[in-house]
Amino acid sequence: MNEMPHIDKAAEMTDSKISAKQVQVFYGDIHAIKDVDIEINPRSVTSFIGPSGCGKSTFLRCLNRMNDTIDVCRVEGTILIDSEDIYDPKVDPVQLRAKVGMVFQKPNPFPKSIYDNIAYGPRIHGLAANKTAMDEIVTSSLQRAGLWEEVKDRLSEPGTGLSGGQQQRLCIARAIAVNPEVILMDEPCSALDPIATAKVEELIDELRENFTIVIVTHSMQQAARVSQRTAFFHLGILVEEGPTQDIFTNPTDKRTQDYITGRFG
Amino acid sequence: MAEHTVKAYDEELTALAGRIAEMGGLAETTVSNSVTALVTQDLDLARATIEQDARLDELFQEIEMGIVEIIARRQPMGRDLREIVAAGRISNDLERTGDLAKNVAKRVIAIDSDLTSKKLAIGVEHMTELTLSQLKKVLDAYTQRDAPAAADVRERDREVDAIYTSLFRELLTYMMEDPRSISQCAHLLFCAKNIERIGDHATNIAESVYYMVTGERLGDERQKIDETGVVVK
Ligand SMILES: Nc1ncnc2c1ncn2[C@@H]1O[C@H](COP(=O)(O)OP(=O)(O)O)[C@@H](O)[C@H]1O
Ligand SMILES: [Mg+2]
Repeated sequence: MNEMPHIDKAAEMTDSKISAKQVQVFYGDIHAIKDVDIEINPRSVTSFIGPSGCGKSTFLRCLNRMNDTIDVCRVEGTILIDSEDIYDPKVDPVQLRAKVGMVFQKPNPFPKSIYDNIAYGPRIHGLAANKTAMDEIVTSSLQRAGLWEEVKDRLSEPGTGLSGGQQQRLCIARAIAVNPEVILMDEPCSALDPIATAKVEELIDELRENFTIVIVTHSMQQAARVSQRTAFFHLGILVEEGPTQDIFTNPTDKRTQDYITGRFG
Repeated sequence: MAEHTVKAYDEELTALAGRIAEMGGLAETTVSNSVTALVTQDLDLARATIEQDARLDELFQEIEMGIVEIIARRQPMGRDLREIVAAGRISNDLERTGDLAKNVAKRVIAIDSDLTSKKLAIGVEHMTELTLSQLKKVLDAYTQRDAPAAADVRERDREVDAIYTSLFRELLTYMMEDPRSISQCAHLLFCAKNIERIGDHATNIAESVYYMVTGERLGDERQKIDETGVVVK
């Protein structure tokens, strides 16, 4: 719409899936996240990189209010998902976490069958009307997580019996099962071997067609491979954020340059 | 710039830059010798030049192996990545420069007679001087990490192109006046074309240096106009 160029900026902002403004996180007296502003694009992968302890996981956990579960933790600022303030008292954190799923560093399947691992979330949220519907959800979630062919004949076996890489894809399937819009991943491959890592990365690339993905990774090569945008954190500050290619070939900030080239002193 | 946490990485990058500098120096001598051999009809120098090119090929391969190793071991990022990409491109341009100089040297042996026109030889020599100064400047820009100097080199490639065009016209008139000179003139024409191509490689190097230093590409405004196409018509 050319006649209203002055609203372009606003239009651009409502285009982002997640919009964080002036976010602060405190653990008691520790100021772990400082003045973070970031816009996260829908249906794409954004990665958070930075030295350990810089606050990547802390900030990631703000996006589905996982920090609520930590007593000493206090979050300030605004985080909008689809223009809705997720810290609004009216928001139910359980509903929020169905919309914004999470995959952790260590694969953590429930000590249940493969089938029940997937069915667990949909059951809680009442997503399946009957057994057939539930079967359908389990099948399609495993298919979307690229695990179906490997497990279709042993759905009743325990999820913990799968290999590390398969367990992680099972956790991704579990996250997908409740129809989330955003999937947060905190170093999802750090416990996996290179082949299993490649499979998860391949999966992430497929998933971005339908989901907004935010991934914390300590591997810059992984960030370069899987994400469209990259954000670099340092000492609780978001130093630089931009198209992944720019961050890795021509970063603006000296701290980013030093970090990605392995010159952090 | 600060050093890498892994010291050996710094050493590998320094060694790589050193090899490029060595290749650059050698490429300059090869070009200069080939044209001296041409204008003085020095067959021994021509043969020596042909041999010199082998060393350039060797260096090129060493550099390529070095680059593959650094990429495999260090997964370079940011400026390091640009540095390594630039080193690969530059060594490629220098290797091609050596090939073109070698080709000039081979033609010296093929001509194997005094040049009929001193004036033409001077033209080629002049063009070579300019090209060599371009090559030297761009190699300095590489060692100094000097982006503006690199941009300047690319700008000045027009001058080399202009001399080539005028030499081309002149050679045409010679050939029309005296068909017995055609064989020699054709060789000279190829030599001039080779030098002009070397100028293009210097331009490529300038673009690589500029990208390496700034992370930006030099704009596309410089258009290559080969006017010799118009003359033939
Ligand atoms: N549960 C917690 N209680 C107290 N401090 C914490 C807690 N979790 C993280 N921190 C602190 O917050 C900072 C950021 O940690 P974190 O977000 O885990 O960093 P990263 O994921 O980048 O390694 C660190 O200084 C860390 O010690
Ligand atoms: Mg972490």
